[in-house]
Amino acid sequence: MADASLSLAALTPCAGLLPLTIGALSLSEVEPGHLTAIAPLRGKADALAAAFKAAHGLDWPAPNRATGGDDARAVWFGHAHVLLMGPAPDPALVAHASLTDVSDGWALVLLQGAGAADVLARISPIDLRPGVFQPGHTARTELLHMQAAITRLRDDAFLIMGFRSMARTMVHDLKIAMEGVEARRAD
Amino acid sequence: MRITCPICGERDRREFYYQGDAVALRRPEVDDTPEDWDAYLHLRDNPAGVTRDLWYHETGCGAWLVVTRNTVTHEVLGTVLARDAAGGAA
Amino acid sequence: MRLGKGGQIDRNQRIAFRFDGHRYEGFAGDTLASALLANGQRLLARSFKYHRPRGVLTAGSEEPNALVTIGQGAAQEPNVRATVQELHEGLEARSQNAWPSLELDLLAVNDLASPFLAAGFYYKTFMWPRAFWEKLYEPLIRRAAGLGALSGQNNADRYERVFAHCDLLVIGAGPAGLMAALTAARAGADVILCDEDTRTGGRLNAETHEVAGQPGADWAAAITAELSAMPNVRVLTRTTVTGAYDQGTYGALERLSPGVAARKGAPREAFWRIVARRAVLAAGALERPVAFRNNDRPGVMMAGALRAYVNRWAVSPGRAVTVFGNNDDAHRTAADLLAAGVHVAALIDSRPDAVTDLDIPFFKGAQVCDAHGRKGLEAISIATTSGIEKIRTDCLAMSGGWNPTVHLTCHMNGRPTWNAGLASFVPTPGAIPGMVAAGACNGTMSTHGCLAEGARVAAEVLGDLGMKAPDVALPQAEDAPYRITPLWTVPGKGRAWLDFQNDVTVKDVKQAAVENFRSVEHMKRYTTQGMATDQGKNSNVAALAVLADATGRGIPETGTTTFRPPYVPVSIAAMGAGAQGAGFAPQRFTTSHRASVAAGAPMIEAGLWYRPSYFPKDGETTWRQSCDREVVMVRNAVGVCDVSTLGKIDIKGPGAGALLDFVYTNMFSTLPEGRVRYGLMLREDGHVMDDGTTARLGPDHFVMTTTTAAAGQVMKHLEFAQQALRPDLDVSICSVTEQWAQFAVAGPKARDLLNGMLDSPIDDAAWPFMACGPVALQGVAGRLFRISFSGEHAYEVAVPARYGDSLFRLLVSRAEALGGGAYGLEALNVLRIEKGFITHAEIHGRTTAFDIGMQKMLSAKKDFIGKAAAARPGLVDPDREQLVGLKPVGVVKQLTAGAHLFDRDAPATRENDQGYVTSVGFSPTLESFLGLAFLKQGRTRHGEVIRMVDHLRGLETLCEVCDPVFFDPEGGRARG
Repeated sequence: MADASLSLAALTPCAGLLPLTIGALSLSEVEPGHLTAIAPLRGKADALAAAFKAAHGLDWPAPNRATGGDDARAVWFGHAHVLLMGPAPDPALVAHASLTDVSDGWALVLLQGAGAADVLARISPIDLRPGVFQPGHTARTELLHMQAAITRLRDDAFLIMGFRSMARTMVHDLKIAMEGVEARRAD
Repeated sequence: MRITCPICGERDRREFYYQGDAVALRRPEVDDTPEDWDAYLHLRDNPAGVTRDLWYHETGCGAWLVVTRNTVTHEVLGTVLARDAAGGAA
Repeated sequence: MRLGKGGQIDRNQRIAFRFDGHRYEGFAGDTLASALLANGQRLLARSFKYHRPRGVLTAGSEEPNALVTIGQGAAQEPNVRATVQELHEGLEARSQNAWPSLELDLLAVNDLASPFLAAGFYYKTFMWPRAFWEKLYEPLIRRAAGLGALSGQNNADRYERVFAHCDLLVIGAGPAGLMAALTAARAGADVILCDEDTRTGGRLNAETHEVAGQPGADWAAAITAELSAMPNVRVLTRTTVTGAYDQGTYGALERLSPGVAARKGAPREAFWRIVARRAVLAAGALERPVAFRNNDRPGVMMAGALRAYVNRWAVSPGRAVTVFGNNDDAHRTAADLLAAGVHVAALIDSRPDAVTDLDIPFFKGAQVCDAHGRKGLEAISIATTSGIEKIRTDCLAMSGGWNPTVHLTCHMNGRPTWNAGLASFVPTPGAIPGMVAAGACNGTMSTHGCLAEGARVAAEVLGDLGMKAPDVALPQAEDAPYRITPLWTVPGKGRAWLDFQNDVTVKDVKQAAVENFRSVEHMKRYTTQGMATDQGKNSNVAALAVLADATGRGIPETGTTTFRPPYVPVSIAAMGAGAQGAGFAPQRFTTSHRASVAAGAPMIEAGLWYRPSYFPKDGETTWRQSCDREVVMVRNAVGVCDVSTLGKIDIKGPGAGALLDFVYTNMFSTLPEGRVRYGLMLREDGHVMDDGTTARLGPDHFVMTTTTAAAGQVMKHLEFAQQALRPDLDVSICSVTEQWAQFAVAGPKARDLLNGMLDSPIDDAAWPFMACGPVALQGVAGRLFRISFSGEHAYEVAVPARYGDSLFRLLVSRAEALGGGAYGLEALNVLRIEKGFITHAEIHGRTTAFDIGMQKMLSAKKDFIGKAAAARPGLVDPDREQLVGLKPVGVVKQLTAGAHLFDRDAPATRENDQGYVTSVGFSPTLESFLGLAFLKQGRTRHGEVIRMVDHLRGLETLCEVCDPVFFDPEGGRARG
């Protein structure tokens, strides 16, 4: 039945906007695979953590923390949710949690390079000092006027998530901040 | 202004949305008197001193908080999750 | 003139600049003020009110006189203090507030008229006739008095905001600040050290003092180099801490160096928000003038500033300099001048017991009582015990003592404390939680004292922070006592200036006291003393002293006015940094944005979203033509509209149904799986918050839709209801607005269109009106909802957003093949008005379920938010304005939203108001304008002819009141 002349094709949130390199700083889109918001059912937190570990090999993250690596990552995602990034969620989790597919809801970008924390300091109010916000730490916060989630992957690499519909603004705001940091650098 | 979210830690005030007096946690029963409902909905103290109010960590973790603060000195004296304060509200 | 040697300038680097069109040269390291003084330019500005010739008074950010305009065109910046403007190649500066020129300023006639322009003149004079104030007086006054002007063009420069966090913020990098920073930094604390100067050192740059056996400036540079190399330290020069705020938050304005600011992408200024666990205020002190007749002549300047010009910039502002003071700094100034080879014509010390061993004319117990020379100082008169004496001089350095820079300590409502020994205010400890003062700003005036106090308070702070203070050796430095005998004003005739920037004299303050403006706050507002951009940094204490004297009180009893942020002027551009242009607010784009723009649709803002207004076809020249066509298209064939902007919230868990029952007026826990229900949501005060449909996709899974406008508000509301009011419910709430691209497919051919695309076709039996469920399109899992906002047989189809762009194109192309196409917001609006469907034009926050005719949706079987209040008599009063439809029946066939309604024969006045129109549109279906309105007792008035009057647009017509559902009232089309 389907119309053969046109087919559904996928576009990423930052299609046409990235990558971007300014001096030592770069911004690129991350395609994470599945994004699943997982909310533990009442009284099932421990069972969920165990099932999660068994199914995905990931530690259930504490508040403001992320576990795992580039292939599979678990990111604390606010007061109610943890975000599983990468694999499709194991069906066994359903017994312990409410799962919501948000794979298409977020634009993910990777900001990296010397001075990446200085870039973020121009658009986010959180304390990014290396001793305070370390690799593996994550924060729900704001990026200029937007809601965002920021995870520090390495000293000079941050995974930044913003609403898909605001991807253009997110890239714009980051680009301005990157230019500002880069312009001061030769000083 | 800085507010310590019980979940996220100390954050800038701009991440929070201000709602109003924490009396909103003490919702009357539906058949309580009109006076009870009037007090709940509309009557607010305006203390020069300690007050408890509701804030929403809107661009943070999404938790509703009860913040105890001093309107004169601007000290923030404490924060708890609204879900923990509900029922036991002042 | 430039001295032959010395100074911290680079004589190998010449810099050309212009002032008022004239070309000058200076050296790297100069400020505009030092370079102009080096070129013999003493006259820099005209004063605010009297247009008095003015020169440089200070060498810092407190400068009240030497305000200039920098740059050209859009980048023009007025009111820049020449004393802090770094000289750079190509700098263009212009004088302000003078016409036709600085030398010949015709408005200087104000100075001759000064007897009439004293304090209160405006208040007393321009009172009558009242109507003249706005049209005549104010524009005239504004033109005559004022400072520089903005360009009026869009500022293309960038401004940056930065957040920073530290253990210790040190404000000021003089000897006290440097020692505090060094002590804390060596202990491992995260330190931010701010100084508003281009280099650290503070007064060490301006004095000849040695520290640790080397020139003070060199010691400061060495310490700064050590600090800058430490990873836990950030040194911010050119950065003024402008305000102290709650919980250790500080604002700071950084002006980037001209060289950096000129780079691509670089900001001109950055506004820092610094969060510090502790702060040390080491902001130094400001020297204060002495009020004597004509003390504002160009060539009269502060003694400390003169030492800065001589020692730091190797500039002598005069050839025959006189020095006048009430403290030992006057002697230090004379000594520095002599050492630099400058002729000192006289040293005048008001203290009768003063002594000097300098070989210069010395007058003790004497006072300067007048200054001569209109555009530049030529001579001074001094009153000695033996009479008046006149001395030729082209530069007078004056010192009335030092005021500790207490400003930041007052930003949280603290008041400084009077110290009689220093004859000045000092910070009150604890005025800002977490901040301690050290050095000159704490009243400690010697270099040794500053160094020691900086180290000591840093050690205290480290103790508070649980860190161990290291042993930091205290360098050797001078420890001279500070000896002062207060002298505020020199008695005599004529005008003696207190506030140079607002032209306030001793007389004005006395006049205020005579007129009973005895409170310092009243005096300030009556005279405008301290209300200029310098906030009275140079004049407040002296003005207080004059007021205290005039009212027979002491200074502590007189009190002070309040210092408020910002400490120095901050441009709005810097405060709002990041919010220029596209940074003002996020832009939200739907997945169909590109296709809509490509189709020529004008995009309009709906909150942060951009939505297509209409999709013009060839030959259509007005939006109405397109809109009418699109409405007809939906009614007769099929239309496609992006509805992704509506809020979509997944509500899951065993408590999902109960939560919905609590937030909606009607019942949702009984909704069968695979069905959708319309829901009405109230605020707790009984008024309508939002409406929308909620679908049950599984036993414990609902998806709620909200209006576009209220999506954020509803999310917040649901979280509140769940967390704060019903924490007993096991339910999770997750916004999926961004996850799904959702399109309305509406019209008689809607199902035909979908069945050409769905992997499995649908029919009426399985998919009746208000059905919902999963579907697949080319293998992509989507959701389908049979709901209608147009009244037609319609669906909303949702797919993961990555497919939104191509699904929209596919739907539109299929629709066009069926005689339909895309429709925009205009047509959507007409379609819903024809059906009497409400939006936030109707549920605008003051309407109740009763008003919109939905009182039957208030369930009696359960509690819900807003239930108790909605039942109050006032919210269901039959006299309330109720939702009705309107059709024009008069000569004029147009309706306008916002117009008001009146009885047919009643005058259109407020007391006769019967209601108002909320939404209008032209219905091509019914060939008439249609309106939705709120009308008193409206539901009982169907058929009545009333009068619509739009006072704003001058439009009036008669209209018939009818049911708000104009089209297909039985709803057969949506079900069919």
